[in-house]
Amino acid sequence: MRRRGASLMLLPLLALAGCGGIQTIGGREGREAALIDDLFTLFCIVTGLFFAAVMAFLFAAYWRRGGHRADRMPDEGATAPRDRGLRIALFAWTAAVIGGLMGLAVASFLTDRSLAYSTAAGRPVVSIELIGNQWWWEARYHFPDPSQNFRTANEIHLPTGSAAMITLKANDVIHSFWVPNLAGKQDLIPGRVTDIVLTPTKVGRYRAQCAEYCGLQHAHMALDVTVDTPADYARWLAAQTRPAAAPTTPQAIAGYRFFMTRQCSACHAVAGTPAGAGVGPDLTHLMSRRTIAAGTLPNGTGPLHAWIADPQGVKPGANMPYIGLDADELHNVVAYLETLK
Amino acid sequence: MTVLSGRDLPRDGEDLQGAALHGRLERTWGDAPGLWGWLTTTDHKRIGKRYIVTALVFLMLGGLLALAMRLQLARPESGLISPDRYNQLFTMHGTTMMFLFAVPVMEAMAIYLVPLMIGTRNISFPRLNAFSYYMYLAGGTLLWVAFVLNIGPDAGWFAYVPLSGPEFSPGKRTDIWAQMITFTEVAALAVAVELVATILKQRAPGMTLARMPLFVWGVLVTAFMVIFSMPSVALASGMLIADRLVGTQFYNQYEHGDPLLWQHLFWFFGHPEVYIIFVPGAGFVSQITETFCRRPVFAYPAMVLALVTIGLLAFGVWVHHMFATGLPRMGYSFYTAATMAVAIPSGIQIFCWIATIWDGRPRFQVPLLYVVAFIVTFVIGGLSGVMQASVPIDLQVHDTYFIVAHFHYVLIGGAVFPLLGAITYWFPKITGRMMGEGLGKTSFWMIFLGFQVAFFPMHLLGMWGMPRRVYTYPTGMGWDEMNMLATLGSFVVALAVLLFVVNAVHSLLRGAVAGPNPWDAPTLEWATPSPPPQYNFAHIPVVASRTPLWDNRHHLPVVTGLRVDDRELLLTTVMEARPDLREASPLPSIWPLWAAISTTCLFISSIFTPWAVLVGAFPVAAALTAWFWPKSPPSPEPVIE
Repeated sequence: MRRRGASLMLLPLLALAGCGGIQTIGGREGREAALIDDLFTLFCIVTGLFFAAVMAFLFAAYWRRGGHRADRMPDEGATAPRDRGLRIALFAWTAAVIGGLMGLAVASFLTDRSLAYSTAAGRPVVSIELIGNQWWWEARYHFPDPSQNFRTANEIHLPTGSAAMITLKANDVIHSFWVPNLAGKQDLIPGRVTDIVLTPTKVGRYRAQCAEYCGLQHAHMALDVTVDTPADYARWLAAQTRPAAAPTTPQAIAGYRFFMTRQCSACHAVAGTPAGAGVGPDLTHLMSRRTIAAGTLPNGTGPLHAWIADPQGVKPGANMPYIGLDADELHNVVAYLETLK
Repeated sequence: MTVLSGRDLPRDGEDLQGAALHGRLERTWGDAPGLWGWLTTTDHKRIGKRYIVTALVFLMLGGLLALAMRLQLARPESGLISPDRYNQLFTMHGTTMMFLFAVPVMEAMAIYLVPLMIGTRNISFPRLNAFSYYMYLAGGTLLWVAFVLNIGPDAGWFAYVPLSGPEFSPGKRTDIWAQMITFTEVAALAVAVELVATILKQRAPGMTLARMPLFVWGVLVTAFMVIFSMPSVALASGMLIADRLVGTQFYNQYEHGDPLLWQHLFWFFGHPEVYIIFVPGAGFVSQITETFCRRPVFAYPAMVLALVTIGLLAFGVWVHHMFATGLPRMGYSFYTAATMAVAIPSGIQIFCWIATIWDGRPRFQVPLLYVVAFIVTFVIGGLSGVMQASVPIDLQVHDTYFIVAHFHYVLIGGAVFPLLGAITYWFPKITGRMMGEGLGKTSFWMIFLGFQVAFFPMHLLGMWGMPRRVYTYPTGMGWDEMNMLATLGSFVVALAVLLFVVNAVHSLLRGAVAGPNPWDAPTLEWATPSPPPQYNFAHIPVVASRTPLWDNRHHLPVVTGLRVDDRELLLTTVMEARPDLREASPLPSIWPLWAAISTTCLFISSIFTPWAVLVGAFPVAAALTAWFWPKSPPSPEPVIE
């Protein structure tokens, strides 16, 4: 990142570009992102040189006006000998521009090829179907044994060192899936199936955000990406594959009854219970997620209360309606949700 | 001196010149006094001024929207503006700037300047010109009234389906947006046709294509781009309206329509649109550089070829807006190459402008300062554009603030800076008074530096992962400082624009009287008084070089013999500009206004019922019939002897 900072526009401001983050294109935490970052650095250096050349010429032209200039009136054509030098310079400059562009185009093409080869290099180990909705993400993990399949929402987990094939679909409008630390973006288009391959190389937590304007709450459509070691990833898979445990405390049982008999189960699913609707996020392992409402709030008792009591206050326009729970009902439902570990 | 002779009709010439000629031409070319004259005029200068002022008003309005957005984004998780309002704001900002400011202002400058620069008395099809202005005004008013009533569009200026389709944008917001497109399309296409006809057929004798000022070349290229690109968006928005209002399924993937069809059609227009804005800007830069460096622009043929090349390449790059949609990878390479190739003619032009400064005797007055600001800013925007031409890089920066930074560098740097320079440069021609230099320099430096502070940080925000079109962003992403900086910069720009306006108004009232050619400029518009009389030139000038006013300092040769009792234009041949025909120029008429009013009624009511198209066609047809009704026998002899 710092190399880029020095080259992009030659401003010390850019040294700040070195600061890391969970949503930055210089993260290099995936094979694809690293390839693109190298290309980006190359482009910054080459374009930076061209910018420096133009500025040097401009400043030279500016300073030169103090020098010797015949006080002639210009004439048409102006083919005075002094033009000859400028003409040669124009040809040289054009040749340099063409040469630079050709070099960059070839570099870009080669990077694009190596990005495409990650698809060709063997069968991806992880296969995820990611579906965009206004304004949340549904992830379906697919396995050769379909009984292992499960659904989750607004998060994905990936193991390091393997290619993950992510199939992208959209239920309503166009969205765009983008984990800048791992790779570039890919649109999710209704009526089409697209895909992207991620090959994470570094354990960490990253943030993805919808990158195509998708309506009122486009700003609140994030996705948590957790890259685990293969062992941690296997543990996470095993946990996700299990159905939800039955509630035990009286309060949680009361919440469970409310959930199953009232509005909640019309949209949400909890594996192992009668709730099986697919309109809203699957809540089977809600408490294993870091955020709720597609990255709008951190997950926890307080935010869950706020979200369930008044979804429209937290995320205006979201499809989760205001239900009007009384205080007891609210506590009960949250108590039940907190059992969904 | 060429003399156009004829029968015994009053003509300009040896017997009729000076004050007597002025009186005759004033009577023939003048408008009726008062409001009636204002409404019926067909004078390209009056309509051009109206167009320019209206477009600048839309620039201010669009700028206010930008300030509101910057206030909302100054702090993370700010609750200043609701998401619904914010989405309307950025949709209105983009739509206003692209459709109501940038393209119209360039065409407006051309409407005013081109007939003067090529030495003719009026634009071709001047009634169509009046009609075009009223349509543009109606379209802009429709959009802004809707916004004030809280039914402003909210699907983005690009209005991607299905978000803008009937299912996800119920209500009238998107219909109003799409119909506003229709208005501006009609207006822009009309002006483009007028400009092509004017430039190709009405140039002063001797002004061959190779002697045309570079601004006129830019306008010619732009007008052709408008003619070839605008039908694409008219088709797209027409299909969108049909999908929304009468149940067609062009974009419905469940009925074998395709959402990507919209993107292809929209960007087939949308990318040439960018060059439609930039190419006239490049024309301003050429004229200013020439005048203030007291030297013809270096390598004129290369400059012309560069403009034409940009115009052609503009139609081969639209898919670079769609690199993330999953089209075939191999096909993308073509668009990468085509997009990068745009840097070649642009690089040649940049070189030639700097070479002109290098070899000239530059006076760094306000217009030339804007040229320097243009070069610095536009080169940064162009180079970040080269970066985005690369598919892998674009997949990272697409739809982030990096792109927001890029296109503001290109559009503000490439078009608005030259425009501000051009306004300062031609202000004395249009108003007869000079703009104040001191206030001009102050506002220049504030705009230039404020712009960099406002937009440079956006490159970083994009690289740090901030997507576009978000009404807010969470804390802790590292975006807070740069957003605050951008907001501060935007307010510096706003203050500077205010200063620019104050300077313009003050200069209009109290500025130094300019005289015909205050900058010692070489092109024909400076050969006539400031402001020009309604007939532009007492005698049509004859041109023998690219810089006629420098080469004929005392006696500009003229051609005489045009009738002074009738509005008569001299038409010349397309390539060599040899005198060809005499052509009557239409008289003032109220019917273009009525045609615009009836078309406006048709367009607006069609938002509410498709029957309006049928019923509304009758008043439109009536107005057009009256407009074209022959009122006098044709001029007796359109012959040059």
